Amino acid sequence: MIKVDKVTKFYGEFPAITDLSFEVPKGEILGFLGPNGAGKSTTMKILTGFMPPSSGTVEIAGFNILEESLNARKHIGYLPETVPLYLEMNVSEYLSFMGQIRGMNSKKIKQRITEVIETCSLQDYYKTIIGKLSKGYKQRVGIGQAILHEPDVLVLDEPTIGIDPIQVVETRQLIKGLGEAHTLILSSHILPEVSMICDRVIIINEGQIAAVDNPKNLGTNLSGVERVEIEVKGPNQEIIPVLEKVDHVNSIERIPITGSGYHRYQISVDVGSEIRSQLASVILENQWELLKLQSIGMSLEEIFLKITVHEE
Amino acid sequence: MKNLIAITLRETRSYFSTPSAYIVGAMFLVLTGVFFVFDITRPFAEASVRGISNWSGSFIIFLAPLITMKLLSEEQKLGTLELLLTSPVREWEVVVGKYLASLFMLLFIQSATLYYVLLLYIFGQPDTGPILSTYLGLVLHGAAALSIGILGSSLSGNQIVAAVVSIAILVIFSFIDAVASLVEGTAATFLNSLSMDQRLTDFSRGIIDTSHIIYFLSLIVIFLFLTIRSLETRRWR
Repeated sequence: MIKVDKVTKFYGEFPAITDLSFEVPKGEILGFLGPNGAGKSTTMKILTGFMPPSSGTVEIAGFNILEESLNARKHIGYLPETVPLYLEMNVSEYLSFMGQIRGMNSKKIKQRITEVIETCSLQDYYKTIIGKLSKGYKQRVGIGQAILHEPDVLVLDEPTIGIDPIQVVETRQLIKGLGEAHTLILSSHILPEVSMICDRVIIINEGQIAAVDNPKNLGTNLSGVERVEIEVKGPNQEIIPVLEKVDHVNSIERIPITGSGYHRYQISVDVGSEIRSQLASVILENQWELLKLQSIGMSLEEIFLKITVHEE
Repeated sequence: MKNLIAITLRETRSYFSTPSAYIVGAMFLVLTGVFFVFDITRPFAEASVRGISNWSGSFIIFLAPLITMKLLSEEQKLGTLELLLTSPVREWEVVVGKYLASLFMLLFIQSATLYYVLLLYIFGQPDTGPILSTYLGLVLHGAAALSIGILGSSLSGNQIVAAVVSIAILVIFSFIDAVASLVEGTAATFLNSLSMDQRLTDFSRGIIDTSHIIYFLSLIVIFLFLTIRSLETRRWR
């Protein structure tokens, strides 16, 4: 549904994104993750045809974004980073205007506004002047205009930035729901958000793709590390040397916990090595008490830092 | 075309739902009113709208940019331009749509001066011809000034900057005949022909010269074209 091929964008001499290529099949929710200034918004602006790339091509629903721009744009719903609202209009006027410039007829507009207002839970603010809405509700109106014309492709640039935690949760649920009917690209620098909502994640750093995978696999495949967390009751000085001798163990880190007698360790092991049973038997052989034994992936935060910082 | 109408309607509604246009309009009416009164209360005054016409040529230098300054500036600042330009809308539809809205606003403000004309007919016997030609001149002149204003508005996300740029261009077009008097020959003719004020004066005398009409219409087309270009190049910056 979205095809990005070798897209490069220069701002003057400075390359904002370099040689970016990826595809998004129909129905997928793709997370676009990166630190500030990584090129996320630039990519979004190119995808939606607001800015042309310096080189490379973008196809939306089979239409080239430059050559068949109008056709391509008909298939896009876009929520830019700064929510674009006409503050002096009320919610329904605004939505109706957005419907008109997307070529919907008035009957369809009326029907869709009712649906969108319901989807975005804006029932109580139907006739409210947009300038008077809270940030979270403005965001919803922004999402509302993006889905109004039932576009095939939805591009949301940092949709949960700057709204309070309760509204963030609601907004995320809303977005996840939207993923059922649309192909969706979402940019964010908030990792749990991406791992919660997205089918697939592209990590972008300094204008280049640093990693692509589903949020779960990113934890193991890409970092090259798998970890096991254990809790053991026994003498600390003895436990570490013994465990270090087990095959495939790379390093052991002690995690301080309160409470007497217990020790918690995170052991990084080689990828694909299943050594939990070995660990368990070693601990039992030494007659220590095993309280917990669990395989853990890296959290997205760690991967993120690792990928974006490590590469230098 | 449907897009254009939608944009014009939205913009027109926006003019009437925010106070700034009313304030600008009221100021314009106060000023034209004052000069109208001066003109018809002097000794041997004639029943004409010359007083309005002579001065509103100067007022329009400020009025038009104040009306148009928000048209594209505000969109850039609020980010709604991004929305418009990623919707299936062509640049010229955005520009012309907004231009028409500002024209409606100007006509609305100017039509309020018809009240003076009404007074003339009640208390005197004015010559209808020059009044009509004066209004034709005022509308054309105002429309041209608005097209310069919208170009200024496309150049900056800051409304003040947009207004100042437009005022500067308008000042040049209004007072270039003063420069023309300093030179001779072809240069003088050329500079004189660029001047808006000279042509406006002709209209107020009851002269409807086709070249004047073509002049103002050309200005409108040229500046709208430049605005569309300016908007297109925004994408490439």
